[in-house]
Amino acid sequence: MAHPYMPNSAAESKATMMAAVGVADVDELFEQIPEDHLARESNGLAPGVRSEATVRRLVRGLIDRNDDCVANLSFLGAGLWQHHVPAVVDEIVTRSEFLTPVWGTTSSDFGRNQAWFEYASMLGELLAMDFVGLPVYSWGSAAGNAIRMAARLTGRGEVVVPASISPERLMVIRTYCGLVGGNDPISVRLVDFDPASGTVDVAALGLGPDTAAVYLETPNHLGVVETAVAEIAAAARANGTETVLGVDPISLGLLAAPGDLGADVVVGSTQPLGVHLHAGGGVGGFIATRDEERYAREYPTLQVSVAETTRGERSFGMTLFHQSSYGSREDGNDWTGNSVYLWTVANAVYMSLLGPQGFAELGRTILANARYAAGRVAELDGVTVRWPDGFFKEFVVDFSATGRSVADINAGLRAHHVFGGKDLSTDFPDLGQSALYCVTELHTADDIDALVTALKEVLA
Amino acid sequence: MTSSGPWAARARVLGIVVNPVAGMGGRVGLHGTDGQVELARARGAEPVAPARARRALARLHELAPDLDVVVAPGALGADHLPDATGWRVTVLDGPEPGAETTADDTRAAVSALVAAGVDLLLFVGGDGTARDVAGAVWAVCDDCVPVLGVPAGVKMHSAVFGLTPETAALAASRHLAAPERHGTRQAEVVDRDAAGDVRLYGTVQVPALPAGVQPAKGAPAPLADDATALAAEVAAELEPGRLYLLGPGATVDQVGHALGLATTPLGVDAVCDGRLLAVDADEATLLDLLARHDRATLVLGVVGGQGFLLGRGNQQLSPAVLRALAAADPAGLAGILVLATPAKVGALPEPVLHVDLDDPELAAELAGYRRVRTAPGRSTVLRVET
Amino acid sequence: MSELRNYHAAVWDEPLVMELSAPGRRGNVPPAPIAELDPATALPGAVLRQAAPALPEVAEPDVLRHFLHLSQETMGMVGISLFGTCTMKYNPRVGEQLSGRDGMAELHPDQDDSTLQGLLEAVHRFDLMLRGLSGMDRFVFQPGGGAHAAYTHTAVTRAYFADRGELEQRREIITTAQAHPCNPATASAAGFDVITLPVEEDGYASLDALKAVLSDRTAALMINNPDDMGIYNPHIKEWVDAVHEVGGLCFYDHANFNGVMGRLRARELGFDACMFMLHKTFGVAKGGGGPAVGAYGCSEELATYLPGPLVEATEDGYVRRENPRGVGRVREYLGNLNQVVKAFGWLTAMGADGIREAADISVLANNYMEVRLLELKGVTKAFPQMTKRRLEMTRFSLEEYTAETGITAVDVQNRMGDYGIDAFWLSHEPWIVPEPFTPEAGETWSLEDIDYWIDVLAHVLEEGRSDPELVRTAPHQQVVGQLDGSSLDDPEKWATTWRAHRRKSGRG
Repeated sequence: MAHPYMPNSAAESKATMMAAVGVADVDELFEQIPEDHLARESNGLAPGVRSEATVRRLVRGLIDRNDDCVANLSFLGAGLWQHHVPAVVDEIVTRSEFLTPVWGTTSSDFGRNQAWFEYASMLGELLAMDFVGLPVYSWGSAAGNAIRMAARLTGRGEVVVPASISPERLMVIRTYCGLVGGNDPISVRLVDFDPASGTVDVAALGLGPDTAAVYLETPNHLGVVETAVAEIAAAARANGTETVLGVDPISLGLLAAPGDLGADVVVGSTQPLGVHLHAGGGVGGFIATRDEERYAREYPTLQVSVAETTRGERSFGMTLFHQSSYGSREDGNDWTGNSVYLWTVANAVYMSLLGPQGFAELGRTILANARYAAGRVAELDGVTVRWPDGFFKEFVVDFSATGRSVADINAGLRAHHVFGGKDLSTDFPDLGQSALYCVTELHTADDIDALVTALKEVLA
Repeated sequence: MTSSGPWAARARVLGIVVNPVAGMGGRVGLHGTDGQVELARARGAEPVAPARARRALARLHELAPDLDVVVAPGALGADHLPDATGWRVTVLDGPEPGAETTADDTRAAVSALVAAGVDLLLFVGGDGTARDVAGAVWAVCDDCVPVLGVPAGVKMHSAVFGLTPETAALAASRHLAAPERHGTRQAEVVDRDAAGDVRLYGTVQVPALPAGVQPAKGAPAPLADDATALAAEVAAELEPGRLYLLGPGATVDQVGHALGLATTPLGVDAVCDGRLLAVDADEATLLDLLARHDRATLVLGVVGGQGFLLGRGNQQLSPAVLRALAAADPAGLAGILVLATPAKVGALPEPVLHVDLDDPELAAELAGYRRVRTAPGRSTVLRVET
Repeated sequence: MSELRNYHAAVWDEPLVMELSAPGRRGNVPPAPIAELDPATALPGAVLRQAAPALPEVAEPDVLRHFLHLSQETMGMVGISLFGTCTMKYNPRVGEQLSGRDGMAELHPDQDDSTLQGLLEAVHRFDLMLRGLSGMDRFVFQPGGGAHAAYTHTAVTRAYFADRGELEQRREIITTAQAHPCNPATASAAGFDVITLPVEEDGYASLDALKAVLSDRTAALMINNPDDMGIYNPHIKEWVDAVHEVGGLCFYDHANFNGVMGRLRARELGFDACMFMLHKTFGVAKGGGGPAVGAYGCSEELATYLPGPLVEATEDGYVRRENPRGVGRVREYLGNLNQVVKAFGWLTAMGADGIREAADISVLANNYMEVRLLELKGVTKAFPQMTKRRLEMTRFSLEEYTAETGITAVDVQNRMGDYGIDAFWLSHEPWIVPEPFTPEAGETWSLEDIDYWIDVLAHVLEEGRSDPELVRTAPHQQVVGQLDGSSLDDPEKWATTWRAHRRKSGRG
């Protein structure tokens, strides 16, 4: 029986081609492969399922067996955040035209290129940065690439990172920075944050002659908005050090633009801008700088530039293509490959929909909701919120005084269909039995009531 | 880089000279046409260069329709211009050369073009023409005018030619549009001498290949042709007390520069402990030096566009020298360091290097696969054939 | 020759969304806060934004229509896309439908394993399927593309030798000029020196060239097979043996798996690790360049060094566990699992018989194309002296045609777009044949589409002979004309954002 995905699996098509090629058996076409290279063992796959209904039932069964963040009330964040994804975003990113381009030409995949340019343009407005590349795999990858850019720019070999960083992201950065004993590894020096404020200041960084970059995030992984970014960036510049700043773009209707704070390279996640969680499959990382040649020439990404056609129409092309690994193999900047370009379309639609007012209101709503939730949670006996005055949408809830572990509490909450905040007790032992709670525009007063009620029962 | 001013400041001037008889000897079994035009004609040869010139210039006219052009008279240039509407053409003064132009005609035309202040000298011919053009440029200045060859000769060992007339036109148009943007590279001019040996005559500046302005993945990017970083890496590795023989060619010469030594790209230099022991050493000097050092390494470049490692342009590295070298190094001939930029390797017609020695046993020892270092931390492997 | 379509791309003259802005319009209104809070009372003034970002103000229907217009101005695979090395194939819509369900789209990776059992089972079962196809002992899906999987291999290689105390000595990674650029590029990014073997007369690099550079400095070989020209290196087992003999690791870049699916198993050829691209070979949409997955599989010995977390089946269900001696992460979380689930659905639908048949059809269709294409004057194939049948693609050259007409492969590519044909693939760097093109029919494209593609090429080649300007100035039936690339690398003119463009063009 012909397979629905394969038009030429119909016997007649095959016969036509075989006649034209002049073979009686398809096996003859594999004459290049020596006999003793062919698979000896069975691959163990079952026969194909030609019925879509049957395949759908099977896969749906697995998907629907999960407990998701819609059927449950989730307070998980820590670098991947549940925000509202407007319906128009989903409509656009599931269009076959945007799902299927492979490379194309500047004329035939014009619309996709324009969407990419709009993505970079609008993100540039949020960041107050003029040069924005197409994204890389994730925030951690973007940070890794940016630190490598800084090392090439400065010829130095150390990056300073506050210890408040996400352990998940730090692992990515460490991979990108290489191993001691390899060629030119970049050493990652962690510096303590102030336990009283959750932030770092210039003195804490210990900038030295070999410091290529300071990698800082605001809000940081523990939710706190860093208050000394501008001072740190100024001190770094005086030291010949690049300031790489990680931000949550959804905060930027409310919080100062990184370009205005003096950051040199800005990175962050594209996921909050209209991409679902996808169990971590929604991540993407942006890299942006001022439009200065010294930075532009170190980008490892592809970049879309506005340009013109030979007859004067507006068009878009790749700028500095030759410095990618596609253009220069091992002599390119790091490497370039498939990334998360479809999500840039989602990001572009999202930023178009929100507009300046939307981002401003969204920032205020998130801040207000998170502060409200923190206040309510802190009313519980034995429960405190660390740094209650410094955070944006995530906050550290300390359960140490309850005598219960976060793991235990979260297990209890699950029975109430609540996903409690991310357990910090292993990665940040100094914080005791703490969890990182995330509250966004999606949470309602009823949701916070439900959380408080559930916590009360679990802690009882 | 050229000495021309800011690229946007003024219109660029292109100088054109054609050797109309170049390439005639090739199809009738001659090793060049210089001085053998009569013989070539007698054997039925047809002119090749005029058609090549027209191909290149027609393409260039499409790419750069607005250009100042200075061209040698008659068969030396002006006769081969395409319909050049839009070009502001100046034909050099001087008598129309006869049908049988000579090397002197080429040299005289080049001198006049240089004097006219051209920004790029586009010539049509082969190695002999390249040598004449370069010689006339050197007579005026070292390498003040970049040179680019449209391939039309019998031999094209020199590294100054575009792969095709059209690629030469493309490189020329890019260079004239923005010389500083794309830069120039040093390229060797090689040709056979009177004895029939291929010699390295010197180097000229040629436009670097077009930078990657292509809109799409898959467009060919220029291959790196800068040997400075590689040379610095090699220079940093030199062992104390070991004698290093730096062979001819622009790439290896960079090692000398990295050491701050006044080495020559034209011959073999000897270096030990950061000191220059001999410049452009002959066979006897080399043998003497080898006799006085118990450890020695030969550093070789790839000579010309055809990929000669030994036996072309470096005959002073004779079998006797190579045997003495092998004796001075436990690695023997395997210890020879070969350097070539990616552009040089990419320009080879096949991934093969050639050795031509009057010592079959030694040649056999050199044959086989050999690592070629192309940039810091980068290498390839080329087959050495005898 | 069939009648060519009277095609024209959609032309909307669509402004930038920033140009659609009108003051006061709203496209999306966030929920009101639970309780009003003045940010100025909650955070220091210095961290608050002073000027609003200059984003467009556009109403929802206009945003929808704007991006619909842009989608219509994008050909993608709505036309015919025979894009060699990328295996453009049908992406079943059912996968998009399923991955949009809350049970996939609204999962957080920090959820407890007990709430993710269906997902972890799908990941584990797909891992087992790929183990079956490759003979490897373990797969991870964290790499976000094929190049990232190559990078993963370089990181694993680094960890493997660091563990043995040999990292400072094992400095060299060997690849070939026909390997995808990501192989040397990731080797370099991971701090290794790169040795690139040239392609020789038979269409592949020679075993002797490899042996000339193998030593105790060798860390790894990274190679594809068949390569991007449909040529299979028949000595690959000897290659792997030679590398193992000096203690190096062998990575199989299986980007070109489509022609050999079900016939070859990387582990049986001796490789230590391999990579499959789920977004190409396994039916997941390419999305213009991701989200993608480079599934990285390796032997038990190397599994010690894999990035975590790893998914495992236990008596108490599926769990994620860290890999203590592994490379940590190459990116956050388990990977683009939405794409893994789609690939799982695709492979289930194809099955053992389906993928074998897909490989057969791919190779048959390519050989059919080759017969027809080589009948066209001006079309030649790379390495004609290698007379054996190519696998799922063939590297062709228009060198003779270009010499005849001055028209390049890029010109032809542009003109074919005027007939609804997506750009063909030229060649990765370096171009070892001039004016290259590399179509790949795969199993998706019908005989009629393949014939149409060839008919269009034949027609365009003739157009180039009778009216070269028409082809050289193409496209004419597309959204816009040919790009003038001259400004792209000019720092005074390039602009990756509208704000940069406005500043540079004096419109700020």
